[in-house]
Amino acid sequence: MAETTVEKTAPRESGAARAAWRSRTGTRRSTRTLRLYTSVVLTGVTVLAVLVVPPLVQLDQQAVDLAAKLRPPSAAHPFGTDDVGRDLLLRCVYGLRVSLLVGVAAALTATVVGTAVGATAGALGGWVDRAVMRVVDAFSSVPHLLLGVFIVAMFRPGVWPVVASVALTHWLSTARIVRAEVLSLRARPYVDAAVSGGASRWRVAVRHLLPGVLPQAALAAVLMVPHAMWHESALSFLGLGLPTHMASLGNLIQSARGSLLAGQWWPTLFPGLFIIVPTLAVAGLAGVWRERINPRRRSELML
Amino acid sequence: MARMTGRRALFAVPVVLVVTLGVFAIAAVSPFDPVKAYAGSAALGADQETLDRLRANLGVDQSFAARWWHWLTSALGGDLGHSTVMRQPVTEVIGERLVWSALLCAVAFAAAVVAGVVLGVLAARRPGSLTDRVVTSLAYSLEAAPVFWTALLAVWLFALHWGVLPAGGLTDTGSELVTAGQVASHLVLPAGVLAVSQLPWFTLYVRQGVTDALAEDPVRGARARGIGEGTVLFGHALRSGLLPVLTLIGSRVPELITGALLVESVFSWPGIAAATVEAATAVDFPLLAALTTLATAAVLAGNLLADLLYGLFDPRVNLRDM
Repeated sequence: MAETTVEKTAPRESGAARAAWRSRTGTRRSTRTLRLYTSVVLTGVTVLAVLVVPPLVQLDQQAVDLAAKLRPPSAAHPFGTDDVGRDLLLRCVYGLRVSLLVGVAAALTATVVGTAVGATAGALGGWVDRAVMRVVDAFSSVPHLLLGVFIVAMFRPGVWPVVASVALTHWLSTARIVRAEVLSLRARPYVDAAVSGGASRWRVAVRHLLPGVLPQAALAAVLMVPHAMWHESALSFLGLGLPTHMASLGNLIQSARGSLLAGQWWPTLFPGLFIIVPTLAVAGLAGVWRERINPRRRSELML
Repeated sequence: MARMTGRRALFAVPVVLVVTLGVFAIAAVSPFDPVKAYAGSAALGADQETLDRLRANLGVDQSFAARWWHWLTSALGGDLGHSTVMRQPVTEVIGERLVWSALLCAVAFAAAVVAGVVLGVLAARRPGSLTDRVVTSLAYSLEAAPVFWTALLAVWLFALHWGVLPAGGLTDTGSELVTAGQVASHLVLPAGVLAVSQLPWFTLYVRQGVTDALAEDPVRGARARGIGEGTVLFGHALRSGLLPVLTLIGSRVPELITGALLVESVFSWPGIAAATVEAATAVDFPLLAALTTLATAAVLAGNLLADLLYGLFDPRVNLRDM
């Protein structure tokens, strides 16, 4: 995200410094492609691990082996074993699968809701727009995790309350982005042409406005997946998330608290790394994507 | 200034009203039953008549809007209801715990601002240098790391592996009195973790702001006049580069509350955020409703602060226009 502004900085005066600056630009460009490739590879590995490992590897993640409990990382168990001797690498892959599934479901729901609300507000305008945006403002003044905690507490922990609570707290930003985009598209000549051609409000919104906002909405959805994963794992960590039999990464960290206090760090460390790596990979991809769909806007810091 | 503050505060009132109404609406559509929560296991054996009487006594037979109105009017009179999980009036729970949360958040926030400014300036001084790359990638990794995970690893490293800092709580387990020294030593770890979770954002914004400012004319002019690099960096570049950061400080309150929620429950810090988690686990509606409203009020106050700071620090902004 920094690259765009870095290149604006003026080169230092002397010839030697300028040469050094140039050579640094060269490495920086290669860093950018390197970053893109790393992101692509890491995202690919994550998706493959989540999709392919469970059907292909015929190992039971719940296989208990009390003789081999709390073993540190070794060749047989690359991530070590937990307090009942389950292999942590396998547990983490399954946990990532659950977290990613919940994250994607929540992000999709949030994007659909946000796009619908934002497009309605933007396309109708007037008092509808003002009222809807006030509601969005009110919603976004409650801290997200707190609202999520409240919703899950009221509906009792479970898969659907968690998905609903993540989706309900995340549609706001999509609604804002989509509304702003619809408002700017509405002023374009082709929309005027459609209106003077006799197109109905509905047709203008669905055929002419909505396709224009889809790239932005999709970008928002992709960026939302890691955030939703983060949100879900925080809820699970607080004991307000998924039930323990479908352990997500947050559940793994929560259940490792006992072993951590006894001095075993590996059951805590690796699930956390499984959250960080996909988040960074998706952020890297989204950064490149954002530069492609609006190259002129100064890219913001977003994760 | 005062007029603008007053006007902004007035705008906040409808938001708080909408949020509290929403809280009651969510509770109304949820399967949560206040009567069962109140009576506990005794509700299992009770006959319908007793349950109905209890329902009428608690005022649950009314619509949620009527209950909301009742809650709101008594809240304005200073009565927020009774917390079942803490076995205390809600106002007392908040009164006892707010101090500790405020202390934790204030220390963490101050540490994050100072460290963020230092690291951001260091990174911005020479974009693309080793320092810059290390600081930036560290910031991105920390931003992606869940705060409860960093907190647990910090507990393991500092309290268990090295044994230099206490792992949690407000005081040592044996002691009865709350002394300043004990609180300070117990504060280091939670405040440090909370600061680290807020740090990446500050660092990246300060870095961005100072990098932009270093390319601008005032800085070039200062350099041309032969002013020392330190003065240029801190006196010219940082001052204009910090402006966008300062105005955004107030809008970081939600993230701070989120972080406090997780950090306090890891370190069993007796603050208000840990009480929220307890209230949520035990479905203590009066406490949850009050704490949600309080958090909303804090966020709105943060937004107001952001506007005020913007007006104070940027002479181009006329507060009367806002």
